[in-house]
Amino acid sequence: MVTSKRSALLRALALATADALREAVIYLPPDVKRAIGLAAARETNPAAKGEFENLIKNIAVAEELGVPLCQDTGVPVVYLTLPPNVPLTRDLYDAVADGVRRASEAVPLRPNVVDPLTRHNSNDNTGTGMPAIHTRSGEKFLVTVLPKGAGAENVSRITMLLPSQKDEIEKFVVETMLLAEGKPCPPVVLGIGIGGTFDGAAALAKEALLLPIDEMTTFEQQLCDAVNRLGIGPMGLGGDTTALAVKVKAAACHTASLPVAVNVQCWACRRATVAVKQE
Amino acid sequence: MKKPVQLKTPLGIEVLALSAGDHVRLSGIVYTARDEAHLRMMKDGIPFDPSGAAVYHCGPVIQNNRIIAAGPTTSARMNTLSGFLLDRGVAALIGKGGMGSAVREQLKGRGVYLAFTGGCAALAASHMTLKGVYYEDLGMAEAVWVIDLDCLPLIVGIDAKGNDIFDAVRARATKEFARYQKPKG
Repeated sequence: MVTSKRSALLRALALATADALREAVIYLPPDVKRAIGLAAARETNPAAKGEFENLIKNIAVAEELGVPLCQDTGVPVVYLTLPPNVPLTRDLYDAVADGVRRASEAVPLRPNVVDPLTRHNSNDNTGTGMPAIHTRSGEKFLVTVLPKGAGAENVSRITMLLPSQKDEIEKFVVETMLLAEGKPCPPVVLGIGIGGTFDGAAALAKEALLLPIDEMTTFEQQLCDAVNRLGIGPMGLGGDTTALAVKVKAAACHTASLPVAVNVQCWACRRATVAVKQE
Repeated sequence: MKKPVQLKTPLGIEVLALSAGDHVRLSGIVYTARDEAHLRMMKDGIPFDPSGAAVYHCGPVIQNNRIIAAGPTTSARMNTLSGFLLDRGVAALIGKGGMGSAVREQLKGRGVYLAFTGGCAALAASHMTLKGVYYEDLGMAEAVWVIDLDCLPLIVGIDAKGNDIFDAVRARATKEFARYQKPKG
């Protein structure tokens, strides 16, 4: 029957969302663990070495006990990959929200989502426009989650540079970390969106955080080195590693503009992808 | 790395000898307090003996009387709320990100600020046993939880002599950034 098949698919999407959130808040992706390990081995500052020791132990304890790495389990940012046989309909959004509610209770996740003005907490991490759901087309039905904590999100920035100010991009990125200091729980990952539109640049910056961080282009490495010269270090206590990586995503833009967005991500660069079971 | 200094609460004059950058292992009873708990204590008085006490800026996750996650919160929110604690004998503030210059002055000759690694909530919980609670009506995050610590790994961020790692790091970063301000030749 068509309807029961559809409800099975929606249930599978909810379960996949809950599974992805659980995985993301407890286990860091291998590329992130690798980047932290490499940075820890390179670090020369004694204060920073102590911080890295704590990070690495914390990652192990969370895995061993199956508990969230950090008490700020973030807000749910979700990317759906839709194959040709799954049309984008309203009930997909409802199923993802259902998955968020399930994970909030089962993992548990801290109830972080509130009304922006009344500050009323829904207590299940959903609300108007939350989970934030982005869609893209692909071959397989996948749900990718990026739980985003507030410390790092709060120091993220966007600027509309002039086309003649291409050389100002590095300055803007470095200035973002100068202003942020230890607040976003460095060593950070910086997602940079360049081009597109005002809103598009911010979306690109967040999508850049989904890219593997154990490899960088020459431009990304140059930005990363520039940030690390600040010497802010893990937790703002000083050190060689302020950023683990910088990842850039670009899109075409108006000939008269150059939008640049920096989305700051704490050391717990949490993300996970789970396939949705289709009958 | 220098060997960590072992400390146990209630703290005494040994904290005055610590220097910014020293690693310490803290054991004994600590009290969690965030914004709401500070405001309540200012109004109603401190519910525990503040002499030599350590106050941890933390809103833990507690489940069935067990501490599940207890990482530090941003200490700077308590910048204007900490003077009365130090006046009454509190000898250590614990949190993340450092505190303002007013607290740096208030700590002189009296106590230290100890930094714990942000986001390390699972690690923190593995060094803790829950002993009690005050102000439970403020909610889980804002209540004052009485916690027995077993060798929590911390670093002295601000010492009792006016040295402040965060401030030194900020000054160096600002100097480094100045190269972007130079007019192009």
